[in-house]
Amino acid sequence: MLLRDLIRLSLGSLVDQRMRSFLTVLGIAVGIASVVLLTSIGEGVRRFMLSEFTQFGTNLVSINPGRTTTVGVSGAIINNIRPLSIADEEALRRIAGVIDTIAVVQGNAPVEWEKRSRHTTILGVGPTAAAVFKIDVARGRFLPVDDQRAPRAYVALGSTVATELFRETSPLGKIVRIGGERYRVIGIMESKGQMLGFDLDDAVYIPTVRAMSLFNLDSLMEIDLLYQAGLESRTVADQARRLLSARHGAEDFTITTQEEMLDVLGSVLNIITLSVGGLGAISLLVGGVGILTIMTIAVTERTPEVGLLRAIGAGRGQILLLFIGEAVVLAAIGGLCGLVIGAGGAWLLGALVPSLPTHTPWLFALYAELLAAAIGLLAGVLPARHAAGLDPIEALRAE
Amino acid sequence: MITLAGICREFMVGDERVAALRDVDLTIATGEYIAVMGPSGSGKSTLLNIIGLLDRPDAGTYLLDGEDITGLGDRQQAALRRHKIGFVFQFFHLVPRMTAAENIELPMILAGIDPSERKQRVAATIDAFGIGNRARHRPDQLSGGQRQRVAIARAVIMQPHTLLADEPTGNLDRVSGGEVVEILEDLNSRGLTLITVTHDPDLGKRAGRRIRMVDGRIESDR
Repeated sequence: MLLRDLIRLSLGSLVDQRMRSFLTVLGIAVGIASVVLLTSIGEGVRRFMLSEFTQFGTNLVSINPGRTTTVGVSGAIINNIRPLSIADEEALRRIAGVIDTIAVVQGNAPVEWEKRSRHTTILGVGPTAAAVFKIDVARGRFLPVDDQRAPRAYVALGSTVATELFRETSPLGKIVRIGGERYRVIGIMESKGQMLGFDLDDAVYIPTVRAMSLFNLDSLMEIDLLYQAGLESRTVADQARRLLSARHGAEDFTITTQEEMLDVLGSVLNIITLSVGGLGAISLLVGGVGILTIMTIAVTERTPEVGLLRAIGAGRGQILLLFIGEAVVLAAIGGLCGLVIGAGGAWLLGALVPSLPTHTPWLFALYAELLAAAIGLLAGVLPARHAAGLDPIEALRAE
Repeated sequence: MITLAGICREFMVGDERVAALRDVDLTIATGEYIAVMGPSGSGKSTLLNIIGLLDRPDAGTYLLDGEDITGLGDRQQAALRRHKIGFVFQFFHLVPRMTAAENIELPMILAGIDPSERKQRVAATIDAFGIGNRARHRPDQLSGGQRQRVAIARAVIMQPHTLLADEPTGNLDRVSGGEVVEILEDLNSRGLTLITVTHDPDLGKRAGRRIRMVDGRIESDR
């Protein structure tokens, strides 16, 4: 039997039972559409998250004090972690390939202007932080390059803080009180939005050393290194590790490259995409059961036809092939419809709700189509085996 | 050439063994016209099914064209049915969703014959059977006589040498039944072995050789 005849015969019997075939196709189509749509949303979210994450600059290596290791003796006894200091930062800046460093201290304090006060995140950073984190200044300028050890009391406000505190008034040049100390507003930042739940607009930026004294800290919370594009993050990280180990006498700090962070984030997001796709696969399974049901009914209805086919020269294998072919054609049509509906739905969703990012990975779509055909195959095997196993004489007699 | 020797066939009805064929010996030469007659349950249909390779005997040997086919597998038996044997049934057994032409084409599809050749052969056969204006009709749009003609056309499209007809006129009125018999006899006159199972004594009388069966045995063979 030729393949095209097999497909033609399958289509013939499917068209003969239009309504029933349509509903079965619909079942598979809904399954495939949901797989495609959900993975599109998942993939869109993944890409969105990654771009959100990298928008604060790539080529970053961050160093935090302390080291996550398990040692035999309680940490309290040999607590010899040396804090990260401004001197460490200055030393790190001299590593070849490092363009800039930012010493970061973070805390919460009220920011007051006239009668209004707002509790917000205080970020103690260096003058280059705006450039490194890729946050643009809307008005005025960012913290000026000063004597690092005794910088002047300037503050740059995040956009939310600026509007909340000053409303229509221009904050530039005004004096605000942060934790009781007076700071002059020198700039207002562009709105940057949230990242992983942290609102960068609801924050103010002051010089590192001032933040340290404000929060009564004698060490830094983080040092970020910005290195030249094209350099291996590993090389920079290794140099920083050697330098700091020499300065501290031991490796009592943790270095995280952005690549590592992206790897972790990427794998987490991949799992989200997969599990969301898995949800769609459940509806696909239901569609498969639909095919199984309809094929079982078809075999019962067409038992005399099976007998006839056997009499005019069909072997068991051909009967098996005919019914499996029908199930696969049914599933493949459903898969194609589902693909169109799913991809179209994802596109429509992206067009109507621009804030919800969607992206249809075509490889997934191909997998979904193959999956549909495979489900048709599986669902078709059982009824087709039954049909092939029928006794031709009994089958001819059944009416 | 069909040679049956010592053919036995038993069925289980409930928990009782019923012998449908008891030690049947039969030799049929190519081109014969045979009518198998006998009361219901005498084993006529079972004999026909065994000759047509739809059923297997429990004992005995069956030589088709000198070849012992009792031991053949499903696939080889299917191939023999396809190429050497044609079936005509009392209830026509046309596929209801296919047109007359598609029904006639079906055995050639199963045989994997090239579509262009199929088309030619179907067209030629339809003309020969006088159903040219009915080729695109479905079975439910055809009269009983037309349906049986389509079924006969389907049975001979693969040019078998034996045609097995199980009560071919049993579901037809006198006139169309007569037409169908004429077609079958015409095919027989061109060298096709024709074996009919029938209750109709008139039809039986027309055959060159009449086999009467009783209780799974051949009672008379003239």
